[in-house]
Amino acid sequence: MHKLLVDEPGKKMLLLGNEAIARGAIEAGVAFASTYPGTPSSEISLNFFQIAPQSDLYFEYSTNEKVALEVAAAAANSGLRSMCVMKHVGMNVAADALMTLAYVGVKGSLVILTADDPFMFSSQNEQDNRYYGKLSGLPVLEPSSVEEAKEMVGYAFDLSEELGEPVIFRTTTRINHSTEIVSFGEIRKPETGGKFVKDPLNYVTVPAVSRKLHVRLLENQKRAGQIAEKSPWNFINGEKSASWGIICNGVSFGYVSDAVMDLDIEEKVKILRIGFSHPMPKALVQDFLKGCDRVLVAEEGEPYMEEAVKAAAQEAGMTLPISGKGEEYFSRLSEFNPSLVRQVVATFFGVEIEKPEPLDLSDVPEIPQRPPNLCAGCSHRATFYAVKTAAEGMDTVYPTDIGCYTLGFLPPLSMGDFLICMGSSTGSAGGFAVATKQKVISFIGDSTFFHSGIPGLVNAVFNNHDFTLVILDNGTTAMTGHQPHPGVDMKAMNFEGYGQVSIEAVVKALGVGHVTTIKPYNVKKSIEAVKEAIAFPGVSVVISKEPCVLFAKGLGKKRGKPFTVTSKCKNHRDCINALGCPAFYTEGDAVKIDPDACTGCSVCAQICPEHAISPVKE
Amino acid sequence: MSTDITRLIIVAVGGQGNLLTSRVIGEAALMADVPIRMSEIHGMAQRGGVVESALVFGDAKSSIIADGEADLLVGFEPSETLRALNKCSSKTEVITNTAPTPPFTVAIGRGTYPDLEAAKALIRKKTAKLIAFDAAKLAREAGNIMSVNMVLLGAVMQTRKLPLTTEAVREAIRTRTKASFVETNLKAFQLGYDAAANA
Ligand code: SF4
Repeated sequence: MHKLLVDEPGKKMLLLGNEAIARGAIEAGVAFASTYPGTPSSEISLNFFQIAPQSDLYFEYSTNEKVALEVAAAAANSGLRSMCVMKHVGMNVAADALMTLAYVGVKGSLVILTADDPFMFSSQNEQDNRYYGKLSGLPVLEPSSVEEAKEMVGYAFDLSEELGEPVIFRTTTRINHSTEIVSFGEIRKPETGGKFVKDPLNYVTVPAVSRKLHVRLLENQKRAGQIAEKSPWNFINGEKSASWGIICNGVSFGYVSDAVMDLDIEEKVKILRIGFSHPMPKALVQDFLKGCDRVLVAEEGEPYMEEAVKAAAQEAGMTLPISGKGEEYFSRLSEFNPSLVRQVVATFFGVEIEKPEPLDLSDVPEIPQRPPNLCAGCSHRATFYAVKTAAEGMDTVYPTDIGCYTLGFLPPLSMGDFLICMGSSTGSAGGFAVATKQKVISFIGDSTFFHSGIPGLVNAVFNNHDFTLVILDNGTTAMTGHQPHPGVDMKAMNFEGYGQVSIEAVVKALGVGHVTTIKPYNVKKSIEAVKEAIAFPGVSVVISKEPCVLFAKGLGKKRGKPFTVTSKCKNHRDCINALGCPAFYTEGDAVKIDPDACTGCSVCAQICPEHAISPVKE
Repeated sequence: MSTDITRLIIVAVGGQGNLLTSRVIGEAALMADVPIRMSEIHGMAQRGGVVESALVFGDAKSSIIADGEADLLVGFEPSETLRALNKCSSKTEVITNTAPTPPFTVAIGRGTYPDLEAAKALIRKKTAKLIAFDAAKLAREAGNIMSVNMVLLGAVMQTRKLPLTTEAVREAIRTRTKASFVETNLKAFQLGYDAAANA
C-alpha cells in the first residue's frame, strides 16, 4: 500500500511538504485530481499518480494547466471533491478558465493549488500568486508549515463547499520542499460517481448570465471575508497588551516567531498570522492595529498584505507607522531567511542585536561554478550539436523553451537565445522570422509541444512564417521528474487505459511543408536532415527522437557499452569543447571518459577527427 | 540565539546521496521524538548541480539556515565544502570528504579546481574544527562507492553535535535504507565514525 494511504489516525510520519499536502487531500476524501507537472509542486501529483490505481481517486496528467483546471471544474460541478495542482506560472495558463470559473462557482468542491517559487529555484519568474485571489475574487489560504499544510488542505475543501467557490491554496517552495514530522488523521472515503445537473442560466456564461453571476461572486466574496474575520487560520500570538505588532504569513511566520524569541522581545510583541489571506480580514487587522504603536508586515514577495493593512488603517483613521517593503526593511526580491527577518525586526523596533560576525572569506580562492548540465549521453546534446553544425556560418536566432534542453543555452553548446514561457519557442520564432533577416531555428520539447507549442505552429503555417522548429522528443517530461505526456506509449510502460498522440501526425496534419524525423545519435545523417530542413522556405519541422537516458536508466534499460579515449588522441579536445558531456574529465593534460558515466551514445566518437574514441574492450 | 537548537547543513553534488543522509537523520529524530525540520534544494540535482539540505533540530519554527548560522557543515565534496563556508561562523564545526568531484566547468577550461591542502588550511583557520578524510576510499572499503553518504553520516555522529544517539541513527539505517544495502551502509557508517575520531 502507498504510504500516504495508511489508515492509522495518530500515526506520525516524516513527510515532505508535498507529501503532506497529498495526504491532506486524501484525508479530505479527494475524488478527482488533475495537474500539469511543475516544480516545486510536482511531488503532490506524483503521489496522486501512484495512489490512484490503489484507491478511488481519479488522477490525470492533463495537457496543460488550463485543461487541468477545466477538467477539474467539470468534476467539481458534477459534485466531486476535486483538486487541481500547478506551479505558480501555471496559473497564468489557467487564468482564462479561473476568472470565469469564479463566476460559475462549484457544486462539490475545488481546491486549486499554486506553488510559488520565491528566489526562482526552478522557475522563470517569482510572481506572487496571492494577487490571483484579488483578481478572481476567490479565497486564498496559505500554510506556514508542513504539518499545517496538511490540515489546511482539508479545510480548503470544506471552505470551497461552504462558499460554492474554488479555493486557491498557495504554497511556496519552502513549504513544498521542507520535511517535517506529520500526524495522520482519519481518511474520509471519496464520493465518486458525479452527476451534472443542467442549469444553463447559471452555467453558460453569456453576458446576461455573467452579469448575474458577477453579483453572486461579490456576495460570495463578502461571505468569504466574514469567514476570514473569524477564521482560526488567522490568529494572534503573544501578549494582548504588547504594543509592537508584526503581521506575517506563510514561512515568514516561522522566521518571525524565531526572531522574537532570539531577540528576547516576547513580552513586547504580538504577532498576527494571516493564513486566510484573501479576502484580508479587515476588522481583525484594525483590531490588531488598535493597541499597537508600530507595525511591521513580514511577507515574501509583493506587499500584498501591507497594502491591505495600510488601507484598513486609513479607513479606521489610524496613523501609526506601518512598514514592510522598502529600502530599510524587506525586499520584494528573493526569499527570506531567519537572520534577515531577525535583523529587520530588530531595526524596525530599535532592538539591540548581537551583530553577527560573518567570516572573512576574501582569501577563499574562486571556486569553479557547478551549473547543472545535460546528463552524460543526453540526446538533446546530440541534437544541439547537429543543428549547430548544420547552421554553421549563418546568422541565427535560437528561440528555446522550458525543459532540460533549456540548459543547452550554456556554453559550450550555447543553443538558446530567447525564452519567456512554456510554448514561447513556436510563437516567438515566427516573430523573429518576420522581424529580422536572421535564420530562425527554434527548440521545443515533446511535453511542452503538447502543453502550448501547437497554437504557435498553427499560427506559423497560417501566416507563412519561415523557420525551422526542432521538436526534442525524448518520450517523457524529463525536467520535472519524468511524468508522462500525450505522446508517450503508456502501454509499453504497463499502464492501461491511455491513448497516444503522434507528434509527427499532428505536425503533418497542421500542414507543415517539410517534416523529418532524425535519430540524433546518428550525427552525420542528422546534420544532413537539419540542413535540408533549414533550406526549406516556410515552416519546417525536425523531430529528434531518442529516449531520455536518465529515464531509460530508471526503467532498467541496458545502456550501450562505454567509450574510451585511445592513444590515437592528439588532444584537440574537439569532443569536450563542442559537446560538454559530463562523462569527460581531464587528468593532467589527457582527456578521459568516466566509464560509469558514459552511456555509449557514441556521439563524441563520431566527431573526433582522429577517430581516437572507441568502445571499451571487455 | 537559542542554544538548544542545532543547525546542520549538508552540501553535495547531485547523485552523491545526501538526501538519503537527511532522510535517515530525520527518521532517527522521529523515532527518538526529537523535533526536526528539514529543507532541501534539489531542483536540478540529477543534472549535476549542487544539492543543499538544511536540518534544524529543536524548538525552532524555521526550516532553513541563514548565512553564518550552521553549527555543523558537512561537505560531500571538498570544493562544495569551501563554497558553503558562508554558512559558517568561527564556532562552526566542519566535516569534509576530501575526494574531489571536479565540476565540468574545469574540464572545459572555465575555472581551476582549488588546491586541496590550501582549502583545508583555510577552513581550519576560519572555523572551530575541521574533520577531513577520504570518504570515497572508506565507502569502497565498505563495499559500495555509493555509501559515501553513510560514511559521512558516521562522521557527523562522531561529533556528538546532534541531539540523537548513535544507536538511533543505526536503527534508522537498519529500518529505512534498502534491505540489500543495510550491511554495507552500517559498515560505511562505522568506518566514517571511526575515521572522524582520528581525523
Ligand atoms: S534527464 Fe533526460 S532529458 Fe534531462 S538532461 Fe538528463 S538525459 Fe537529458
